[in-house]
Amino acid sequence: MTRRRAALAVLVALVACRRDPGESATVEFWAMGREGEAVTALLPEFERRHPGVRVRVQQIPWSAAHEKLLTAHVGGALPDVFQAGNTWLPELVAVDALERLDDRPISRDDYFPGILDTNVIDGATWGVPWYVDTRLLFYRTDALPAPPRTWADWEAAMVRVKERAGADGYAILLPLREWQMPVILALQRGANLLRDDDCRGDFEARPFRDAFGFYLGLFRRGLAPRAGDTSVTNVYQDFSRGWFTIYPSGPWNLGEFARRVPATVPWSTAPLPAPDGGYPGVSLAGGASLAVARRSPRKASAWALVEYLSEPAVQAEFYRLTGDLPARRSAWRASALASDGRAQAFWLQLQYTRSTPKIPEWERVASKVTQYAEAAIREDVTVDEALAGLDHDVDAVLEKRRWLVERGR
Amino acid sequence: MARRRISPAWGFLAPALAVIAVFFFLPVAAALLLSFTDFDVYGIAHLDRVRLIGFGNYARLLHEPRFWIALWNTAYFVVLAGPLSVATSLGAALLLEAKLVRWKPLFRTVFFLPVVTTLVAVAVVWRYLYHPRLGLLNHALGLVGVGPIDWLGDPRWAMPALVLLAVWKNFGFNMVVFIAGLQSIPERLYEAARLDGAGRWATLRHVTLPMLAPTFLFVAVITMIGYFQLFAEPYVMTQGGPGNATLSVVLLMYEEGFRWWNVGHGAAIAFVLFAIILVGTLVQLRFRRAEAAP
Repeated sequence: MTRRRAALAVLVALVACRRDPGESATVEFWAMGREGEAVTALLPEFERRHPGVRVRVQQIPWSAAHEKLLTAHVGGALPDVFQAGNTWLPELVAVDALERLDDRPISRDDYFPGILDTNVIDGATWGVPWYVDTRLLFYRTDALPAPPRTWADWEAAMVRVKERAGADGYAILLPLREWQMPVILALQRGANLLRDDDCRGDFEARPFRDAFGFYLGLFRRGLAPRAGDTSVTNVYQDFSRGWFTIYPSGPWNLGEFARRVPATVPWSTAPLPAPDGGYPGVSLAGGASLAVARRSPRKASAWALVEYLSEPAVQAEFYRLTGDLPARRSAWRASALASDGRAQAFWLQLQYTRSTPKIPEWERVASKVTQYAEAAIREDVTVDEALAGLDHDVDAVLEKRRWLVERGR
Repeated sequence: MARRRISPAWGFLAPALAVIAVFFFLPVAAALLLSFTDFDVYGIAHLDRVRLIGFGNYARLLHEPRFWIALWNTAYFVVLAGPLSVATSLGAALLLEAKLVRWKPLFRTVFFLPVVTTLVAVAVVWRYLYHPRLGLLNHALGLVGVGPIDWLGDPRWAMPALVLLAVWKNFGFNMVVFIAGLQSIPERLYEAARLDGAGRWATLRHVTLPMLAPTFLFVAVITMIGYFQLFAEPYVMTQGGPGNATLSVVLLMYEEGFRWWNVGHGAAIAFVLFAIILVGTLVQLRFRRAEAAP
């Protein structure tokens, strides 16, 4: 009898544990890599302001994050709030993983317009930019005194650098396995990349062809090495040694360059040149957003966390912790970032960004761009063959999308 | 009326069979089913966006240049690395079993070490060895007057570079198997050969190798199956590049299935690879059996 009573007590205790009111107000938050680590320092203040709400952060490695978000969604195990690369949003929308944020108060004017736009898919807002990312030029000021403003300037400057560097040096390093540079150049030329409601490739069209020609020319004329990522083991060493002078890269390298390039090597950053007038030329709208899961039972608390992390002061503190550039412009002013010399170029560039097509298949399309660009650089195929092949392959990738659009889904 | 009795053995087997059925046969059957659909990221949320396309995935493979490139690369790798790997293991095993060699356990351990190290760690070192400007390998080649080779960046050399890495990484395992095989050859056969006046070469050809035949078969089949599933080496060293030169069938399957979420198409590639490996294994078994028969 006593044993049965004891068992009953245990059972009651177990049930009581599950019903613990504190439990239901725990907001699950997934953040990636270094951000996941740094953000924990910001949360005590949030918990102080929202008594009864606790935040549990899980840190996900970047390399596994994309896959993990999708599998978690399929398994019904998504957290309430999570960080997502803004190019993943179209896919997460396609699988119905995200909560619409249209009715939430977002200070839209305070965000960089191009970056905010990546979070708007089919007219609805699905994420709030957390930090921003774009590409611009890192260059040595001893070899290139003034940053170029047009493609023609840029080309002439690179020819001069190459002449001085001789056979063993190059003007610019463009990693062969990255799609970003040819795509950026094409966006600058006004290319659409895709056509027919993003259902077919538009790579044989004039704008992309022009940009592609310019890009290939850099390799054909020996201004850029035909180097795969395997022959560049350490960008910072090679840059310091003068193996190349210009390197298009992103904000994460502000910190890395400052730390790993010796002080004797003078370098700076500059926005991208434009095809003709209208400096600066556009660049990619990258970065990461905060999103709320559609199936979250704690949307109010989840949104409160997003709002808190979006406050300018918190964003400025987050920048101090991680070096990630804030998504809100007022946070730049608050942290004196906008007047920091090397970050200044990013400030300017971020006003001129364009999003890549917002479809789930984009990364796959981009990998095709890499594939054909690499083949054309190695001269395995002609420019015409590369562009025709690209359109053909991309049309095949988008077959499912065409079927869905035709059926009106 | 004789009652049919179920053998009690089934009772003991049942748990294991159930586990195998749930965790092996069921997923395989599900994958086979998937390979007849175009299940992809759109299908995750809405099953009505999945189409049953019969052999569509398989038909598409036939028209996919990258699949043929991957198949060719994989075959190239198997044909080059397979025999090289088996020959290296056999050579190492023979050397280590030679009577004159001292510190055998030490050498055995050293040769076996690459097998147990993680490829990812090894790859970092090998990337430096293969570095076109700073690498040790090119430095050594330079000393004998051979120009620098861009090992991992040149489409012609990338696969041979991976073959070298794979052979180095794997020969230790087969070597241990061969050593076990060598030790099971009765000493009296060697004595008889010596009495008949057989030299070292004749002993190797007529005693050692025939006695090793079963070991050979095992090693050849295991190596072939392993090498057809080439994945980790190109994944960590080259990501299939330069220009698809090291794209393998499994890497293509991984990309389709887990990077692009074309699960249906990825499953089709898996079954094609399964069929190829099955045929390869059967051919080898038949070949050996025919050899052993007369």
